[in-house]
Amino acid sequence: MSDCDKNFKSFSTPIVVKLALGFVIVFVLFALFGQLLSPHEFRATSLFDRLKPPIGFGGTWTYPLGTDGRGRDLLVRLAVGAQITLIVAIVGTLVGAVLGSLLGIIAAAKRGPIEAFIIGAVDVQASLPIIVVALFVLAVFNSSFTLFLLLVGLNGWEVYARLMRGAVLSAKEHGYVMAIRALGASSFRIYFRHIFPNVLNIVLVQFTINLPLTVLLETALSFLGLGVQPPLTSLGQIMSEGRDRLLTAWWLTLFPGLIIFFLALSISIIGDWVRDRLDPTLRSEK
Amino acid sequence: MTGFILSKLLRAFITLLLTVSLVFIFIRFSGDPAAAMAPPDAPQEVIDYYAEKLGLDKPLWVQYTSYLAQIVKGDFGYSVDSGRSSVSLFLDRLPATLYLGGFSLLIALTVGISLGTVAALNRGNFLDRGVMAFSVFAFAMPNFLFGLAVILIGALGFQTYLGGQGASISWVGVLPPALTLGLASTGSYARFSRSSLLETINKPFLLAAEARGIPRTRRLFFHAMPNAAIPLVTLIGLSLGGLIAGSVVTEQVFAWPGVGQLLVRSVATRDIATVQFIVLAIAGTMVVANLLVDFLYLIIDPRIRVQ
Amino acid sequence: MKNTNAAILELSNVGIGLPLGADRQWAVRDISLTILPQQTLCLVGESGSGKSVIAQAIMGILPAALPLKEGTIKLLGKSIPKQRSPSFNLLRSVKMGMVFQDAVASLNPIKKVGHQLEEILLVHGISRKERKPRVLKMLSAVLLPNPESAYRSYPHEMSGGQAQRIVIAGALLLNPSLLVADEPTTALDVTTQAEILELITKLKVEFNTSVLFITHDFGVVSEIGDQIAVMKDGKILEQGSVKNVLKNPQNEYTQRLLKAANLDTSKKKLKETEEILKADNISLTYKKGFFFNQTKFKAVQKVSLSLTAGSTLAVVGESGSGKSSLAKCLLRLENTNAGKIYYRGKDIADLKGAHLRNFRSKVQVVLQDPFGALDPRFKIIDAIAEGPIIHGSSWDEANSRAIEMLSLVGLTPQSAERYPQEFSGGQRQRICIARALIMRPEVLIADEAVSALDVSIQVKILDLFEDLQKRLGFAMVFITHDLHVAAAISDSVIVMKDGQVVESGPTSSVFKNPQAKYTKMLLSSAPGYQGGEAL
Repeated sequence: MSDCDKNFKSFSTPIVVKLALGFVIVFVLFALFGQLLSPHEFRATSLFDRLKPPIGFGGTWTYPLGTDGRGRDLLVRLAVGAQITLIVAIVGTLVGAVLGSLLGIIAAAKRGPIEAFIIGAVDVQASLPIIVVALFVLAVFNSSFTLFLLLVGLNGWEVYARLMRGAVLSAKEHGYVMAIRALGASSFRIYFRHIFPNVLNIVLVQFTINLPLTVLLETALSFLGLGVQPPLTSLGQIMSEGRDRLLTAWWLTLFPGLIIFFLALSISIIGDWVRDRLDPTLRSEK
Repeated sequence: MTGFILSKLLRAFITLLLTVSLVFIFIRFSGDPAAAMAPPDAPQEVIDYYAEKLGLDKPLWVQYTSYLAQIVKGDFGYSVDSGRSSVSLFLDRLPATLYLGGFSLLIALTVGISLGTVAALNRGNFLDRGVMAFSVFAFAMPNFLFGLAVILIGALGFQTYLGGQGASISWVGVLPPALTLGLASTGSYARFSRSSLLETINKPFLLAAEARGIPRTRRLFFHAMPNAAIPLVTLIGLSLGGLIAGSVVTEQVFAWPGVGQLLVRSVATRDIATVQFIVLAIAGTMVVANLLVDFLYLIIDPRIRVQ
Repeated sequence: MKNTNAAILELSNVGIGLPLGADRQWAVRDISLTILPQQTLCLVGESGSGKSVIAQAIMGILPAALPLKEGTIKLLGKSIPKQRSPSFNLLRSVKMGMVFQDAVASLNPIKKVGHQLEEILLVHGISRKERKPRVLKMLSAVLLPNPESAYRSYPHEMSGGQAQRIVIAGALLLNPSLLVADEPTTALDVTTQAEILELITKLKVEFNTSVLFITHDFGVVSEIGDQIAVMKDGKILEQGSVKNVLKNPQNEYTQRLLKAANLDTSKKKLKETEEILKADNISLTYKKGFFFNQTKFKAVQKVSLSLTAGSTLAVVGESGSGKSSLAKCLLRLENTNAGKIYYRGKDIADLKGAHLRNFRSKVQVVLQDPFGALDPRFKIIDAIAEGPIIHGSSWDEANSRAIEMLSLVGLTPQSAERYPQEFSGGQRQRICIARALIMRPEVLIADEAVSALDVSIQVKILDLFEDLQKRLGFAMVFITHDLHVAAAISDSVIVMKDGQVVESGPTSSVFKNPQAKYTKMLLSSAPGYQGGEAL
């Protein structure tokens, strides 16, 4: 490693990471308490206040970020949208991580037909991009928030399963597992006291990669009008509503778009940094 | 080697069969499949016609086998919207999508791999950091936001509306959506080729080549790069397999008349027959692309052949 | 030396720095060596002694982090520039060729070896017509049975020994004055090692070249060397002619290493005690892959052995001989496909419940790789105490016994709260021994337990095994590929090849008077072995 790299590590990365952490904290606070910033209700329409521009572009403090085509306050809608995006991102990522990891561990522990079946399921998922699965399911079933959460959660489960299966299979070959088996430890003890804690890093690393992808998937589906349905809203949905007024009411797409972008960016930066910490050999690999 | 090929083929076949079965199960358990296949406000006779055609009165496994038989015959049902077969609808849209996807893949490959190589060779300095920053940026940028930004720039800066409806399939017309679609993959190609090249450069055989007196440029172009390119094949395979599915959002943003737009529209109008065929086509593309990658490895990586 | 101009290579006061923050300031310092025409200089040292760094400095391929700071290196009287210099490298590669430890890894995996050898000629401006015949000639010079097919092979299609021949061919292709060989036989089996050593000796004469041979093995030195330099911690401790140094070592460290290289079976006598572990015609077959790819691999075939209380049985074999699979069977970590294993007269396949728990506590294992053998997330004390806790000891009792074990294996009680990563290979092996012995086993199975360690550490761990065996009275099955280790520790020995036992008997008689052809070959290939005598 050259000196340059070291400087990069010790000096500039933490500042970027601090900024990213700062943005995530502000985002979470905004999602939780942003609705208090505005006296308006996020569904309240006002025909007289349609398409008001934000402050600095001819707007007033009544609607600091302007209003949409039905005169709804953009600030409070963004707060609600951020909340939904946050919930979907966290729950969705957890669903995939838990489901995928469990299946991966089961496949490695049980072998035989169960393993073959799980590998088959992984293959199927790997051949169908999650956005296509989501579109298909949403076409067949009636859309609901729970179903949407589940679908977003499926994002990347097959990667967890594949990684965990590989990791557990190789951990099983480790010397310490053999030595501890020779000591007479039960399978339960071997898996939960030794193997699982040692492969947990892999789940965490994948989690940091998966989280921004989940945010992007949620917003993309909502942008297509197939995600969160009105009267609820999410950042992607606000953007899609503002799309047709791109040139006249740019704030409707710009603000949610920037929030999504900076959120995904910040999480990726933090994720890279966490990955560095957990395992230096994983640096800058995907 | 024949064992390798056969087992790959078998695995691909099983994957496809599982996908088809899953699609079948989902459609059968979505309430009333006949009503789902028929137009929304169809009279009862039409629904009955579909029910009979689907054989809903028969046991499930009979339905399943006749479903499989239909698929083997290439009968994927008719669109409720236009009354045309879903296959012909799909084929109408396919060229536009391939044009867009191919173009963006070309951009991603050339730009991404060049950036990654430059970064690896300048490890640690500002070029490297710039490329890495770009790849993080590209990864985090939602393509609908980037697409809208491109449209906005086009409108304000060049007085042309790039996202217009009849955006014709032309060399210039494809550029804005292709850039949008290619951005994320450019980033991942840059990242991946950088780490692959860095890993290869540190392999002992390159040190050995230096000790043998092979000059630096020759080591780079004849030894490091071909080895570093091997794992890229997997990534390229994934891109090829995802060619149809990848452009769903971008096509929507730019009103590009491709398969992705058709898919979103069919989902919105609950045109199950069309959705079903597109899903199967996408899965098929991915499976075939994976097979191609596996077989390509046989050719380019001599180490696979002995296994 | 009066006529220094005659020297092929001359290092004077060479010092190579280490990056800031390393455990010492210099990788090597005050290195002065001279290699005369047609001579072989052996550079001997354990890992971390800096011997490979010297080779890299000579070849001009030092990593940027290790700068050549002091001294001069002269090749054929000309000084080598201190910086990496591409133009000089081309020139240098004509005069010197290098051979690496891992031959397969030092070849480009996706190019045919013939083309890789031709490339060397290409970059030195030799015409297309001339190249292939020259490569083929070279391939037959390194005694590859079929040069044409070797030419068309990929590196991974070759065995370690064949690949090493290819690399040697590449190194000698331009008829250099010096061949630098960095542990070229360490990764190879003994029999292959003997062939490669013989080849290098032959080629040295044929090509009229000198050799700088880097190794950790005194046996190898005695086979091949004219001059020797012994290194430790970046310094040369002793140098001179091989004859003098091996016969009459001055430095205490050299003496210690030499003692370890002895094939000394004199101490051992088989004790007449009760039989404790017995294998009767056991076989183990692995299945690999699915459907079309499935292959069967017979790891162990009809192996029988018998172990008496308090004695040591060595299982000797080269890689792939099935000795580790045998260990897994004896531990009941793999179920045999045929044959039975008896522990104190009971078939271990039938053990259940309390009997199985008893077996698990009485038969313990120490493994080869001390880095993988400990859970990195467990403190030393917890790792050692885990056995008693599994078998129902209270936490306090297990911990105090673990502390006792630590001092028994020669570690301080302060080590208890630390993690495995903080220990060296030898120390970790002590921890593994403590973890096994805390169960007060009757049988200890050691699977290549000292193979990953440096020779001087090996000696200490072997001594520890013997000392503990005397005190605690357990029996050992000691699995090893190293005849020296087997000779040093065992009472009786079985020799394995391809999953089968080819010879068995008391250690001294097997080593002095081998019956099977394979044992004879193994013994005669062992570097430094001459008819049952040490070195």
